[in-house]
Amino acid sequence: MDIFLQQIINGLVQGSIYALVALGYTMVYGIMGLINFAHGEVVMIGTLVTISVAGFLIKAGMPVMFAGLAGLTVSVLVCMALGWGLERVAYRPLRNAPRLTPLITAIGMSIVLQNVAMIIWGRNYLTFPALLPSVAFEFAGAHFTAVQVIIVLVSALTMLALLFLIYRTRLGMAMRATSQNPAVASLMGVNINRVIAAAFIIGSALGALAGVMVGTYYEIAHYQMGFMLGLKAFTAAVLGGIGNLAGAMLGGILLGLIEALGAGYIGDLTGGFLGSHYQDIFAFLVLIVVLMFKPSGLFGEKTGDRA
Amino acid sequence: MSKWLNPRSAFGLTLIIVALLALPFVAALGGQAWVRILNFAILYVFLALGLNIVVGFAGLLDLGYIAFYAVGAYTYALLASPHFGLHWPFWVILPCGAAIACFFGVILGSPTLKLRGDYLAIVTLGFGEIVRIFMNNLNAPINITNGAQGITLIDPVAIGDLRFSTTTHILGVSLSGPQKYYYLLLALAILVIVINLRLQNSRIGRAWQAIREDEIAAKAVGINTRNLKLLAFAMGASFGGVAGGVFSAMQGFVSPESFSLIESIMILAMVVLGGMGHIPGVILGAVLLSILPEALRYGVGPIQMAVFGKMLVDPESLRMLIFGLALVLVMRFKPAGLWPSPERKRAAPAAGASHG
Amino acid sequence: MQAKLSVVALSIASVFALSACGEKEAPKPVEAPPAAAPVAPPPKPEVTVKLGHVAPMTGPQAHLGKDNENGALLAIEELNAQGLEIGGAKVKFELLAEDDQADPKQGTIVAQKLVDAKVNGVIGHLNSGTTIPASKLYSDAGIPQISGSATNPKYTQQGFKTAFRVMANDIQQGKALGEFAAKQGVKTVAIIDDRTAYGQGLADEFKKGAEANGLKVVATEYTNDKATDFKAILTKIKSKKADLVFYGGMDAQGGPMAKQMADLGIKAKFLGGDGVCTPEFMKLGGAATEGHFCSLPGMPLEKLAKGPEFKDKFVKKFNGEIQLYAPYVYDAVMVMADSMKRANSVEAAKFLPEIGKTNYDGVTAKITFDEFGDLTGGAISVYQYKGGKLEYVTTVGAPVDVAKAEVKEAVGEVKEAVKAVAGAAAEAGKDAIKAGADAVKDAAEATKAAVEKK
Repeated sequence: MDIFLQQIINGLVQGSIYALVALGYTMVYGIMGLINFAHGEVVMIGTLVTISVAGFLIKAGMPVMFAGLAGLTVSVLVCMALGWGLERVAYRPLRNAPRLTPLITAIGMSIVLQNVAMIIWGRNYLTFPALLPSVAFEFAGAHFTAVQVIIVLVSALTMLALLFLIYRTRLGMAMRATSQNPAVASLMGVNINRVIAAAFIIGSALGALAGVMVGTYYEIAHYQMGFMLGLKAFTAAVLGGIGNLAGAMLGGILLGLIEALGAGYIGDLTGGFLGSHYQDIFAFLVLIVVLMFKPSGLFGEKTGDRA
Repeated sequence: MSKWLNPRSAFGLTLIIVALLALPFVAALGGQAWVRILNFAILYVFLALGLNIVVGFAGLLDLGYIAFYAVGAYTYALLASPHFGLHWPFWVILPCGAAIACFFGVILGSPTLKLRGDYLAIVTLGFGEIVRIFMNNLNAPINITNGAQGITLIDPVAIGDLRFSTTTHILGVSLSGPQKYYYLLLALAILVIVINLRLQNSRIGRAWQAIREDEIAAKAVGINTRNLKLLAFAMGASFGGVAGGVFSAMQGFVSPESFSLIESIMILAMVVLGGMGHIPGVILGAVLLSILPEALRYGVGPIQMAVFGKMLVDPESLRMLIFGLALVLVMRFKPAGLWPSPERKRAAPAAGASHG
Repeated sequence: MQAKLSVVALSIASVFALSACGEKEAPKPVEAPPAAAPVAPPPKPEVTVKLGHVAPMTGPQAHLGKDNENGALLAIEELNAQGLEIGGAKVKFELLAEDDQADPKQGTIVAQKLVDAKVNGVIGHLNSGTTIPASKLYSDAGIPQISGSATNPKYTQQGFKTAFRVMANDIQQGKALGEFAAKQGVKTVAIIDDRTAYGQGLADEFKKGAEANGLKVVATEYTNDKATDFKAILTKIKSKKADLVFYGGMDAQGGPMAKQMADLGIKAKFLGGDGVCTPEFMKLGGAATEGHFCSLPGMPLEKLAKGPEFKDKFVKKFNGEIQLYAPYVYDAVMVMADSMKRANSVEAAKFLPEIGKTNYDGVTAKITFDEFGDLTGGAISVYQYKGGKLEYVTTVGAPVDVAKAEVKEAVGEVKEAVKAVAGAAAEAGKDAIKAGADAVKDAAEATKAAVEKK
């Protein structure tokens, strides 16, 4: 039983990380129907910038907590600038291009960002400074740390804040209008360019936050870390119904739980035939099954023809 | 088709054919490695044209195309290597590979028929990963694929005593292994191009186009969208299967790491960069994207040395950086691809309106 | 039993190594001056020997690729400084470094490039996945290939005369580690591998080795070479109450895995192969790596005469620590040069047969090849992570016949071996002395037993 609880905790934390990244995907997708494939790379840049800034400040003698906060702030700012730049350079000129075109630029940007990061930070794995004191808890035989609790809380709070932003503010209203129909929204006096830029900037800030969380949790970083993470998070976003904030959150957590429980139990249930080597498959299989019955994801609204 | 048949084009065509036949000898002047690079370029032309049927003609965004390539490659590897002790000739295996890949195309295609756009993309991506993961793990309980270790000592293509892996001398001309594969690939590629051209202008091709532009309208005019979409998956998959078989024979070794997601993305990039749905464009895209990284590999280092007098940035990282930038810039200035089809060029500005 | 015998063999080998080196080292400085002063132009012809080197320079293993290349560069530099003369001509070595991105397809393209460039020999590749398809091209072209890091058994099992490696393969390593685990008093083990050719091969062989030594494998789990989260599989392993967790894979996953084991309160020891025997592993795993084990083929650098010297040179030249395979790659280059010397030719066709007859005293081991081109003797040394350093624990594993052949000599020389091991151990620290002494005691007993049997 303690194993089951432990697996739930594992899945929940992993899922919250997916969710935090998935929120960034869904934010952009919800407003302009674009898969920002480079989002995983934004997360990576967020982590690496934090390492550099916090590492430098800690060396300079600043208390770890403050150094961490400073690192977070700088990396959020850098990523916001990066998100704004991405939108400006790679996506805005293509707003009226065929639908696959921005997908290719996104892939191109993702390659560019990875290699820039490799030139700046090198090829080696980097260690992320321990920003939070490692406080461990034990409950009914299950181990968990303060970092894990914080990750779950941060992603839940982030989602709530985003929901507030979308449904309770003027910017949110403009975003919803843009997502419904950009042409009409602009006739109603919504500055489409500004709204879309805002979506990218907010999405990228979330990416930076996610990057710092990932770094704090695993304490390692690498210039290619964004790719798989981005992919999983994207899967989570689609699972929950892409474009839907609560869906992204739940999709992420669901994905995390599926992976943890799948790795934990399916091997024994199938006599070792489908063990943890098929961990990645469980997630995709659930996705396929869900989409077969609910083609717009678990919580996705029935959008019209996106293709 | 008719464009190719008038006399002026016929002359052009002859010129192209002569150039293509002479190419491996010209390339060999720069070393056999260039012939090998050319071979991979043709292999990618092959794959890109296969994917073009799915993405370009029928408008189905497929991010797991590499799975069919993998199926073809493993079919060849298992039927012509000491792994199972089978050594079938290539002209039996290639059609087998195509058929098996085609079967997979239908199996993987059928659950995705209801899905649109990005949902389809992520599901096909999932399928691609599932196939790769299975190949990586099917060494237990029964050893089928030999897992991550891959399959070695795969037979090269051989016609009678003419083995494609070694250099032979015919009529005083010495023909290296890669050069022979070049001609085999060229022949297959021409076959695929002809099939593509024929398909494009057939009833099926026009029906696909109708589905791509507006699926609901296509259904309304009586097109069986389900069967036609499956057909697109199946056709695309069989091309992938054949390409995989040739890859297997040429390499003599397959392992699952050759069939990762990034390969699928690469092939998609070729199709889109060249000009979706437009056959010459897709060929251009495939040739460019497969040769560009190699050309950069030779160019980046020496240029840096010449300009700055020292290596500022590691040539390898700069190479990929330039590659990524090229993708972004081409799309920025030619959103419909480098060589889009005439009608697509016209339609391009309107496409954005569907982002509802 | 085998293991004990091998200790004897190795101790003896190290004695020979010590003495042999002392002799060999001396002439070098004498030879060096003429090379260092090329001002006076001797009318001798000069030939350039091109050696290809292939490893991933981009991607997640780029740090290891660079390390390999550095090892090769160091060897080339030294060879050139020696001013060798082969076949009456002055030889200048040149390294053609290529990147295969750890991708089999790139592997064959760059291999073809090297074949075209008419290289005299190839060092590499780093990964088994690229080494195997490339070996076919080199074999067809008759170019000798020595890999310092491709450990997949298949590489040398293809029957190519040109394929060699200066590192124990996965079978040798997996088996030896199984024996080691049994000796530690472990009863139950859990095995994790990363589903790469390397990880899977090593884990499978470890499993065989462990079971052959009466251990119970209670869980077999898997991850992949891009993963960062291992908690789900570790939690499962915890429930199976394994005494030891074996990981077949690389440092980038192993480090975080050790950390997550600690997070989950798993008390089991961690054991890994050469892929986790790196400074990187300790950097990534932090304090959680303390007390865990890993193994490297051959003997520790500190124990071998040329080892510390190599380490100093490497650190000085590249201003960084050895990551992993650099010494092996260095040896690979040296073995190739040594074969050329013996054949008195730099032509592949002429010196290829000599590679098989190699008996070279390298920085990682005394290198001889079996009929497949695999390293004979394949000794495996186990290390323990202690205070941010790798500490030598013991050496296990070597084929029985080799050990038997040496038994006779061994008896007479055990005494010397004691001295040698103790002497070497003194450098490594107090704990190691004890381990070394124990090893020697074991060795003596083993020898006695073996002789009695005879």
